[in-house]
Amino acid sequence: MRRVYLDSNATTPLRPEVVAAMMPVFTEHFGNASSIHWFGQHAKSLIDDARQHLAKLINAETAEIVFLSGGTEADNLAIRGIAESQKSAGRHIITSQIEHHAVLHTCKDLEKQGYEITWLPVSHDGLVNPADVRKAIRKDTILISIMHANNEIGTIQPIDEIGKIAAEADVYFHSDGVQSTGKIPVNVKSLGIDLYSMSAHKIHGPKGVGALFVKKGTALKPTMTGGGHERNRRSGTENVAGIVGFGEAARRAREGLMQDMPRVGQLRDRLEAGLQSHIELIHVNGGNAPRLPNTSNIMVDYAEGEGLVISLDLKGVAVSTGSACSSGSLEPSHVLTAIGKTPDEAHGSLRFSLSTMTALEDIDYVIEVLPGIVDRLRELSPYYKKV
Amino acid sequence: MAYSEKLLDYFQNPRCVGEIPDADAVAEVSNPVCGDVMKLWVKVSDGRIQDAKFKAQGCSAAIATSSYATEMLVGMNVTEARLITKDQIAKALGGLPASKIHCSVLASDAIKQVLQGF
Repeated sequence: MRRVYLDSNATTPLRPEVVAAMMPVFTEHFGNASSIHWFGQHAKSLIDDARQHLAKLINAETAEIVFLSGGTEADNLAIRGIAESQKSAGRHIITSQIEHHAVLHTCKDLEKQGYEITWLPVSHDGLVNPADVRKAIRKDTILISIMHANNEIGTIQPIDEIGKIAAEADVYFHSDGVQSTGKIPVNVKSLGIDLYSMSAHKIHGPKGVGALFVKKGTALKPTMTGGGHERNRRSGTENVAGIVGFGEAARRAREGLMQDMPRVGQLRDRLEAGLQSHIELIHVNGGNAPRLPNTSNIMVDYAEGEGLVISLDLKGVAVSTGSACSSGSLEPSHVLTAIGKTPDEAHGSLRFSLSTMTALEDIDYVIEVLPGIVDRLRELSPYYKKV
Repeated sequence: MAYSEKLLDYFQNPRCVGEIPDADAVAEVSNPVCGDVMKLWVKVSDGRIQDAKFKAQGCSAAIATSSYATEMLVGMNVTEARLITKDQIAKALGGLPASKIHCSVLASDAIKQVLQGF
């Protein structure tokens, strides 16, 4: 059976070049980067190279890249690190209702600890209004955390404008860039960002490694204490192989930004156009907003998302309903609810997420098999009346 | 996959799908949590369920359990049918993942409701 993987916002396969770069690190270049002997120093130089690739990808200084275990840890360090270091200045944080759970649950936890959180709404297109951010800022606001691109619907937030507002108000600005890094150009300098979360496995790197961009001079209290690795920002012996893989993935992603991603965008558009011409009563969530080129969230009336995912899986196509992290949960997606969808509508939504490894044939196969699946499920529905 | 072969078969090839225009009773139940809906039609005479058909909008587990339960009903007497439990339906389909147990409630609720007047 043909196998088509369109769940790249959940994770991606490693590029062969990434695997090749990592392999010698496991066996030959296994040194502890803190050791002063050759083995250690060689490992350190490999980490330095990777740091350069990451810095280049987002236009940061190498000293501003902190390697850690992944996107979730990056979000935790950014938010908790600022909350802790700034608590004498204030305890108010501004974020949005459509953040990833790594931000959402971290802010909820801080709320329990006595911090005040403003949860900004988004428009029906899935965008935060910068004016709302400006209005929400108070004397005791210490952090604004707004994601760059949404993992479920792909909408790209106006973080350049939010960055300006944050800078004017002299408030730290964190952005969760896990889905945007390597998919759209990112320039942390021009965006006015203080902290930016990144993850390797969303761009064909390995799982278990990520990075946080921390602008020079940012007061951040480490959440992990120990040997003072990563310029005292994050203790723990470096995951050298993972970091090397991340570096290579970042280098390849940067090369592909101008060539590969536009092609991915065309494939996504072909998917949406193909499905819309073959299936009635479907809608693209966030379709009117600027979006990541690889993401498509489609709402199918009179069919339920999980049934669609299982049916597609039985045809060899892997997609998800909302966020993979919450697929075991019954609650409708918080993102789709925030853009004004009813629970019923939210339950009928599918997320397709492509990557640079997606082929035209993959897309055409989905356009071929999905209409029949939707027809079948609609025929079972007590509400659907063929028009 | 978290589902049994049998459950997937009932999802892919559901039995007893449809409506009964001259049904003796119709019930419609929905799950407020996940939004799944099941509609059940029955023909009853002499205390026995002569025919049963269903339609459902929901996840694969909801569709499979609805179909299986409807199939069970056909030929059963009403007293017997009232005793059908959600666990019985789930077990017959090879069990359900913890987060999907509630799906089988849909079918057992629909059965209780549709047989109320008999």
